[in-house]
Amino acid sequence: MATVTLKDLRKSFGPDEVIHGIDMEIADGEFIVIVGPSGCGKSTLLRMVAGLETVTGGEVLIGGERANDKEPMDRDIAMVFQNYALYPHMTVAQNMGYGLKIAGLSKPEIATKVEAAAELLQLDGLLDRRPKQLSGGQRQRVAMGRAIVREPSVFLFDEPLSNLDAKLRVQMRLEIKELQSKLGVTALYVTHDQVEAMTMADRMIVMNAGVAEQIGTPMEVYETPQSLFAAQFIGSPAMNVLDARIEGGRVMLGDVAVAETGKRAGPVKLGLRPEHVAPDAEGPLAMEVLLAEPLGANTLLHGRLAGTEIAFTASLQGVHLASHGGEAMRFGVDPVDCHLFDPETGHRL
Amino acid sequence: MASHPSGMVEKRGAGLWLTHVLMILGVLVIFFPIWLAFVASTVTQPEIVRPPMPIWPGDQFWENYKAALFSGVNVPVATMLLNSLIMAMGIAVGKIVISLLSAFAIVYFRFPGRIFFFWMIFITLMLPVEVRIVPTYEVIAGFGMLNSYSGLIFPLIASATATFLFRQFFLTIPDELAEAARVDGAGPMRFFIDIVVPMSRTNVAALFVILFIYGWNQYLWPLLITTDPEMNTIVMGIKQMFPSGDDVAEWPVIMATSILAMIPPVIVVVSMQKLFIRGLVDSEK
Repeated sequence: MATVTLKDLRKSFGPDEVIHGIDMEIADGEFIVIVGPSGCGKSTLLRMVAGLETVTGGEVLIGGERANDKEPMDRDIAMVFQNYALYPHMTVAQNMGYGLKIAGLSKPEIATKVEAAAELLQLDGLLDRRPKQLSGGQRQRVAMGRAIVREPSVFLFDEPLSNLDAKLRVQMRLEIKELQSKLGVTALYVTHDQVEAMTMADRMIVMNAGVAEQIGTPMEVYETPQSLFAAQFIGSPAMNVLDARIEGGRVMLGDVAVAETGKRAGPVKLGLRPEHVAPDAEGPLAMEVLLAEPLGANTLLHGRLAGTEIAFTASLQGVHLASHGGEAMRFGVDPVDCHLFDPETGHRL
Repeated sequence: MASHPSGMVEKRGAGLWLTHVLMILGVLVIFFPIWLAFVASTVTQPEIVRPPMPIWPGDQFWENYKAALFSGVNVPVATMLLNSLIMAMGIAVGKIVISLLSAFAIVYFRFPGRIFFFWMIFITLMLPVEVRIVPTYEVIAGFGMLNSYSGLIFPLIASATATFLFRQFFLTIPDELAEAARVDGAGPMRFFIDIVVPMSRTNVAALFVILFIYGWNQYLWPLLITTDPEMNTIVMGIKQMFPSGDDVAEWPVIMATSILAMIPPVIVVVSMQKLFIRGLVDSEK
């Protein structure tokens, strides 16, 4: 149980800076998800907290203590790796108990702790197996077990679910979240999957190119994205972003007024989530539907804004039978669902 | 790795018989000289020198082998077998330990000149014992190690091939494993002993077989540095048994020695065959 504080954390590989100063306070027991596209520096950030990468600038504090120069084992952390990194020649029990063995615990103590963790993770009957003899989900659990037995203050997860199939991923996602809240251990979790981020996080860091675009609860990020990147990365299907301008207190898309606004006049980027537009015969948005994807609970309509080449996606509740292209639909939108961004900086207006 | 079911390539009828006949012929051709050596080791001296040579074993088996093992020609074969065993084990074990450690250093540590040293080791692959034999003899003689086990073993104990093989294997061990061990609190040597060495065990077994036979079959080097018959190894010892001048060669004893010289490598290969093949064809990750 510990807080984690990042102070202007920076990382360079040679002359290239890949993490450009990240500040964050993580409370005790909080579940933080670091989400971003590949290459955005999210794993590097996690590995700096773990102590597997050196810190170029700034500070990592774990439980209020400076950890920059501590070895991973002295940081009171445990890490779950993407490919699990189980020792192939050891049994499940040996894998889970290895850290304890090095720490010098007696055999009965190790056995007790390993058994307790195995019970928690439903690995009871598998303690004598080798990793090779386990399924993907079981290996995942062993990797978790190895982290749990050490009773660390902070859990670090590096894309732990990306090697599992879709169904198992949903199940393990719930299990990890449940386990973390049961144990009350602070967790940092790296993923590129925005669904994992939305469902698991107490707070998330949306990262892009070594910068934290936004830090906030999933709902904050979804409802008030602070940048174009965060807006488009979180939410599925992705937000529609349209070139618009503000004239006389109204958001104008071409010569159609979409919504009222108090912002100053000038060009803007208008963000509309597909699920926030509603069919409305009088609505300002005219869309030419080219393709409909019925998903059961909802239907995705892909098309263009009428008379333009601008792509637009709408997500409607229920099943809307596919038209054969060219059909026109009109949509209305609630002004509170219009997200306006500065076209130069991408920041929220 | 799935074990291959028999008949991975299906053959039927005549093709099957033909391949078997060819294979059996091949085995006979290779086996025949060994058979003759065995026959020669079970008959008496006059029977060998009188043409035609016998091709069925005689009744002198125990006498000849006893003579070879306990009195030999210059020195009992038992002594030579022991010398060979010590040399071959020393070379094989020494090479494996040194190669494991040097490959570990090269793969897992960043130190100045790492690449340079790797290539220096690699280049020595091109220098077999025979090329550097004169300077090596000079050095060993200087250290007073002629006629000693250390003199037999040390000059042959460094192995670029094994270092290179272990390096290649270590490179296939995922980095995460080293990182997981670090998080678990294992220091470098702990990681080496607990994780790297056990993971390399099939490779170690394969190399042990190859290196044991390499050590066992050394001829030129023991011939140069052992002048005392008590230190003869068996492979060179057989040659030493040949008489100089007009003495009569004791062929039955020499042939018995040859057969005895073949047995330990065969035992090593057969007993480690399973591990050996696994080490060559797959590696556990």
